[in-house]
Amino acid sequence: MKPLTEIGQLAEHYDLAVVGAGPAGLSAAARASELGLSVLLVDENPAPGGQIYRSITTTPVSDRAVLGQDYWRGLDIVARLKRSATAYAARCTVWSIAPEVESDGASFEIGLSLDGRARLISARQVVLATGAQERPFPIPGWTLPGVMTAGAAQIALKSSAIVPKGRTVIAGCGPLLYLLAGQLAAAGAEIVAVLDTTPPRNWRAALTALPDFLRSPYLAKGLKLMAKARRSLRFVGGVTSLAVEGSGRLSAVRFERGGTSQSIACDTLLLHQGVIPSVNLSNAAGCAHDFDPVQHCWVPQLDDWFASSVPGIAIAGDGAGIGGAESAALRGEIAALDTARRLGRITMQERDNHAAPVRAALGRTLRGRRFLDLLYKPAAQFLAPTVDDTIICRCEEVTAGQVRDAAKRLGVTGPNQMKAFLRCGMGPCQGRLCGPTVVELIAETRGTSPAEVGYYRLRPPVKPVTLAELASLPQSEAAVKAVVR
Amino acid sequence: MFRPMSDAKSAAALSFSFDGRPLIGRDGDTVAASLLANGVTVCRETPVSGAPRAPYCLMGVCFECLVVIDGVGNRQGCMVPLRDGMAIETQHGRRQPEEIQG
Amino acid sequence: MSNHTEPDVVVIGGGVVGGAIALGLARSGARVTILDEGDAAFRASRGNFALVWVQSKGFGMPEYAMWSRRSADDWHGLATILSEETGIDVAHSQPGGFMLCLSQDELGKRVDAMHRLHNQTTLTDFPYEVLDHAETKRRLPDIGKDVVGAIYSPLDGHVNSLKLFRALREATTRRGVDYRPNCPVESITPRDGGFRITGPWGEIATAKVVLAAGLGNARLAPMVGLDAPVKPSKGQIIVTEKTAPFLHNPMVTVRQTDEGGVMIGDSQEDRGFDTVVGQPILSVMAERAVRMFPRLAGLNVVRTWSALRVMSPDGFPIYDQSQSCPGAFVVTCHSGVTLAANHVLTLAPAILSGVLPDAVASFSARRFHV
Repeated sequence: MKPLTEIGQLAEHYDLAVVGAGPAGLSAAARASELGLSVLLVDENPAPGGQIYRSITTTPVSDRAVLGQDYWRGLDIVARLKRSATAYAARCTVWSIAPEVESDGASFEIGLSLDGRARLISARQVVLATGAQERPFPIPGWTLPGVMTAGAAQIALKSSAIVPKGRTVIAGCGPLLYLLAGQLAAAGAEIVAVLDTTPPRNWRAALTALPDFLRSPYLAKGLKLMAKARRSLRFVGGVTSLAVEGSGRLSAVRFERGGTSQSIACDTLLLHQGVIPSVNLSNAAGCAHDFDPVQHCWVPQLDDWFASSVPGIAIAGDGAGIGGAESAALRGEIAALDTARRLGRITMQERDNHAAPVRAALGRTLRGRRFLDLLYKPAAQFLAPTVDDTIICRCEEVTAGQVRDAAKRLGVTGPNQMKAFLRCGMGPCQGRLCGPTVVELIAETRGTSPAEVGYYRLRPPVKPVTLAELASLPQSEAAVKAVVR
Repeated sequence: MFRPMSDAKSAAALSFSFDGRPLIGRDGDTVAASLLANGVTVCRETPVSGAPRAPYCLMGVCFECLVVIDGVGNRQGCMVPLRDGMAIETQHGRRQPEEIQG
Repeated sequence: MSNHTEPDVVVIGGGVVGGAIALGLARSGARVTILDEGDAAFRASRGNFALVWVQSKGFGMPEYAMWSRRSADDWHGLATILSEETGIDVAHSQPGGFMLCLSQDELGKRVDAMHRLHNQTTLTDFPYEVLDHAETKRRLPDIGKDVVGAIYSPLDGHVNSLKLFRALREATTRRGVDYRPNCPVESITPRDGGFRITGPWGEIATAKVVLAAGLGNARLAPMVGLDAPVKPSKGQIIVTEKTAPFLHNPMVTVRQTDEGGVMIGDSQEDRGFDTVVGQPILSVMAERAVRMFPRLAGLNVVRTWSALRVMSPDGFPIYDQSQSCPGAFVVTCHSGVTLAANHVLTLAPAILSGVLPDAVASFSARRFHV
């Protein structure tokens, strides 16, 4: 591995650019390098690992049991990258990916920024391994200080060995909820309650996928986590509504269960209702996406080799649809193999031969996924908040009621028009925290589906870049002519 | 508000300030983590309503942890490593553009 | 989705132009239906630069300068109407606008262009000034040293065009205009002195039809004996994060919105219906903006976009009533914001009366066939 710490150290051109140094990106970069490709791995964090293996090489957590065996597997993946010839740029953001102008489309122009300096480089192929983000969880008061995502608490734990101080409540649904509750408790946090919002009726749908789940690696792990969490913590199931209380800061969380309302005083509330693919970069790069009704999120259109609708861009890892860390690494391998094939480094036969065992393993890791997706599909009221003054766009402070009103009375049928009318999605997060909710609210109000409603059309820059940085980049004569008229 | 685990590995201590208040952070942490570990509960006021906000996702997605770092506004605290001597301030509403002499 | 109560007028297109016409019609007492496309339509109204601009317009057609001037004069009235009808303040202000020049060559060309414009005999009372660096600096203290001078006109201003767009939708909705999204039009057939309009959604009959479908007008106009040879002209815009107010006046390529973001324009390319954002152009725009206002250098860009202007062969609007099918009108322009006041207050009532005003006689597409 060749670490790059300044933007000037990057080459002009690579065979492959991999975006994101989580399990998918690490594996894709390592495999492609092993196959002889020149590979640039770009990641915005200071150290490799992505979020799941966050700070795997630097974590100050000394007791290995706290983060669990699955976390420490990340060391092997990073070790493989370090053995490879990959050029690795940490703390470097990718803000734009576009087919290179004046070429046959077989190359991409990639906009990067590191330490406030921008660069354009080119790569013949791109693997996006930008992973997932937590699904927005808009409840009344979720913008108050003291409320965070469960993932945030996990990142704080892994990267800084800090835990919430005082009374902590965890609320929501999904496998990570129990994992986090266990990790935080083991790290010494005072978890006063776990409020589970999993709709009990989900069990009926999930049971259809039970046979696969029973043969999957999730089962033993999941049961262990859940049993541990239930045994040691106050666990409240069947929660149907959540609201944050407090002025200027969280003071309590109010919840409903079985028609009765209760409040728990707390200092920190951690929210989580699953993860969804990060689509901002793939969307801005022009890749087509579909709404996956089982995972209930937008996922890129991909073929069996994780190639997107834009020739030359593949998407691996959870960005290709949520599959978890192990499947992410395997998907990265497969995407890398096909990249090498497309660049003529290996034959189709070699690609298929190399991929066969990886595909078999991938099938095993994904076997129980559908069960989890169906079981932990969030309840409608947590996807489209029922209380109208709930903020759904945190940046521009747009409420659920405003979106409903515009969808109903002003005939707004999609998120792009909603953005023009209400500014939702126009703030610095570029719709990451409101997009899914806006779509959900429009679909609900107009009696249609998220697939019909569509999603934001996103544009570069998908990560912050200053005007000075943009101004420093190469200009063409044609471009000057188009502006100075 | 966060606190360190009792058996966390040690790291070099870094001095920094938040709104002029001297604080101690840990080398290897981000600005946002350092603020949380120091009991800072509010890092910005929104440009729309002035409402207080705090770090929310810690992974660069939500842009809630925006702060002023060494005079430069709207920086994502969760993406910036803490450095010794950093002057960090609350981001009050809209960003003030830096004065640059033309 | 067939309609039982026939509207007086169907407006095809629900952007700023269609919305303005519909509002003017509804204010004149007409029953109006708007047929619009969906969320992914090419929509210049979501991508424009929001200037109310007069100073450089009308070379080759002095009537366009006067038409723009009239709208700019009436914009205060439109803003008041929108505020009264909807409670929405569209942030309209006309404090005077600048065109900053970054070289003597640029300034010279601009001054020449202004001379040519004003040498057209009919143009009177279009005040403007040519400013040197020092005078520009006195009026705009934040400019950089590279600004050699500026053209200034006290007539120019800007609005929040997205608020304008919403206010038009809100006002028409409150006045009972039937807005129908996801209703692309396939055919318009003259029938019984009126028109039958069809699409995958069904059909609707109407006495009058107004084509305000932007680039779509090129396809629709021949269906009713009209001509609208409009083509897309791609423009790109950069917008920064919100920053403290520092720029009261609009520049032709830089303006600060009431929300605080700084918008930077404006490129022009003929690239068909391609709306991909192109980096080299963004770089040129950013570099020029930073040279104009160095304090912008450190601001983060939060969005860029490109949109398609609706351009006629000579760049001027097309306003016409069909000779073969009276009652069918075309309204198309690339300055839907500047001209919004005219569209609401002058053009729409004329359309309802059945006779277009003399002021727009020159804008017939017949000019392309002389």
